[in-house]
Amino acid sequence: MLGYIKLAVLGFAVVVAAVAAGLARDLSYQIHALIFMVSAAIAFIWLIRRVGEPAPVVDPNTYMDGPVRFGVIATAFWGVVGFLVGVVIAFQLAFPYLNFEWAQGFLNFGRLRPLHTSAVIFAFGGNALIATAFFVVQRTSAARLWGGGLAWFVFWGYQVFILLAATGYVTGSTQGNEYAEPEWLADLWLTIVWVAFLAIYMGTLIKRREPHIYVANWFYLAFIVTVAMLHLINNVQIPVSFLGSSSVPVWSGVQSAMIQWWYGHNAVGFFLTAGFLGMMYYFIPKQAERPVYSYKLSIMHFWALIFLYIWAGPHHLHYTALPDWAQTLGMTFSIMLWMPSWGGMINGLMTLSGAWDKLRTDPIIRMMVVAVGFYGMATFEGPMMSIKAVNSLSHYTDWTIGHVHSGALGWNGMITFGALYYLVPKLWQREGLYSLRLVSWHFWLATIGIVLYAASMWVTGIMEGLMWREVDAQGFLVNSFADTVAAKFPMYVVRGLGGTLFLAGAIIMCYNLWKTVTSTAERKPASAGAAVPAE
Amino acid sequence: METYSLLRAFADSWHLLFMFCFFIGVFVYILRPGGKKVHEDTANMIFRNDDKPAAEDNRKRHAGHADLREAK
Repeated sequence: MLGYIKLAVLGFAVVVAAVAAGLARDLSYQIHALIFMVSAAIAFIWLIRRVGEPAPVVDPNTYMDGPVRFGVIATAFWGVVGFLVGVVIAFQLAFPYLNFEWAQGFLNFGRLRPLHTSAVIFAFGGNALIATAFFVVQRTSAARLWGGGLAWFVFWGYQVFILLAATGYVTGSTQGNEYAEPEWLADLWLTIVWVAFLAIYMGTLIKRREPHIYVANWFYLAFIVTVAMLHLINNVQIPVSFLGSSSVPVWSGVQSAMIQWWYGHNAVGFFLTAGFLGMMYYFIPKQAERPVYSYKLSIMHFWALIFLYIWAGPHHLHYTALPDWAQTLGMTFSIMLWMPSWGGMINGLMTLSGAWDKLRTDPIIRMMVVAVGFYGMATFEGPMMSIKAVNSLSHYTDWTIGHVHSGALGWNGMITFGALYYLVPKLWQREGLYSLRLVSWHFWLATIGIVLYAASMWVTGIMEGLMWREVDAQGFLVNSFADTVAAKFPMYVVRGLGGTLFLAGAIIMCYNLWKTVTSTAERKPASAGAAVPAE
Repeated sequence: METYSLLRAFADSWHLLFMFCFFIGVFVYILRPGGKKVHEDTANMIFRNDDKPAAEDNRKRHAGHADLREAK
């Protein structure tokens, strides 16, 4: 019966999407309607080919790793795509003629920049978070994923969202809110997918067979719930037409700015920090084969992080129309964030105490440790930059971009690579990775790439900040804006090279993971005798 | 009183106090003397049930149970 309802809904969706595509008022909406139509049609055909077949028997005494496997593949794929677009736009900034005349309006810097940021944050990072969340919640709850096929809906639904967002950026559909660019239709779709994600996560926790909820799950849950809240509030928009992509925001003026950066900073705090800390608290102890250094500290880390992060957003609006007290509040809470961030970093690093030799022998652990190191550095730099006096120099300069990338490439990138190297042999029942040498290559290429990137952005950021404020004896500005652009050229080239190295490392990883699945010996299935009883 | 002023007054008095006490309370609870065994057990939980779900529901098990410690 349920199968027929699904077929009817999908068939209806195909027709509605086809009609909407025909009546579309703009290109972005038309493409989005076509994406919905094709996705619903594929799901329809997939289902109808299985009508009448007996329902597949699911063994409840196994973990549901299918969506995790697909998630790992999607993470690696979108990672390479996102890094590649990043390298392209880095060179577009250095060499403006790479904004080709024939591609204006589609592939120029302004269109590709949100494609890059969303591809790396939401496609690469988001897929990594969903896949690892599904993996970790099952292992730490000792229970199979709740909701049956719903996990597949979350995986594929999220890929549809990524396609909607990506095609929207290239064809110019945007709300103009940084990291919240997708328009109302894509936002609504993401809401549905996210609610399903939350339901699966909560459902699995509720039916867990372990007495306590392991700390990684707290971080994952905070990530899922907070992102849902941020997404809903920052995307209160009224569509101009149900057949067009554009919409009108409800918030306006300084309220709009404050909500945007409340969203924006907590996207960093809960998407890129809390979620990835969930990864850290599971994969580092697993790879090091020892429990986390201090479990008490990890709980303190959690509560302090979520209590403080939510207030830090106003530091994006220093010296703007935002009331001074709100700016000071944002700055104060950002500085207080030093404590939980460094507590968490120390906890992650000290997990290796007594096993530091693994740093020499295990390049995966090395990757994870460097990730935690970059977490510490980025969370030191961020509060420092949020201090008003520092911010008056750093704001609107490339220093901000350097800061973001030492966090994103160093922390998010490296911990995800570490998790992927851990997951692939496990998920495909392999003896081990194809080549540890290649992991080392990846490690060094990525690390050197990040250092080149961050260092060049520090230099160019502080330089342009100083050039902007330089005045002569009469009080006139010394430099025009174009002077600063010209002075930044060498650093822009170095930044592009750093990004290229990082991309090369990711491609090596993809090759290594591919060979791990296809060309290494299969792990012997865990025999009943070897299993350790729970009691 | 208009809604904004009312909510604003509540937010920076009673609700601020509530959040502060909650925050301190969490830390006191984490550092309670009896928590050590629970935390030790939970920290080591990731090394169990790696390949398949637990055969039975362990939620009622006492975390500080003697045979649990032997299992490690």
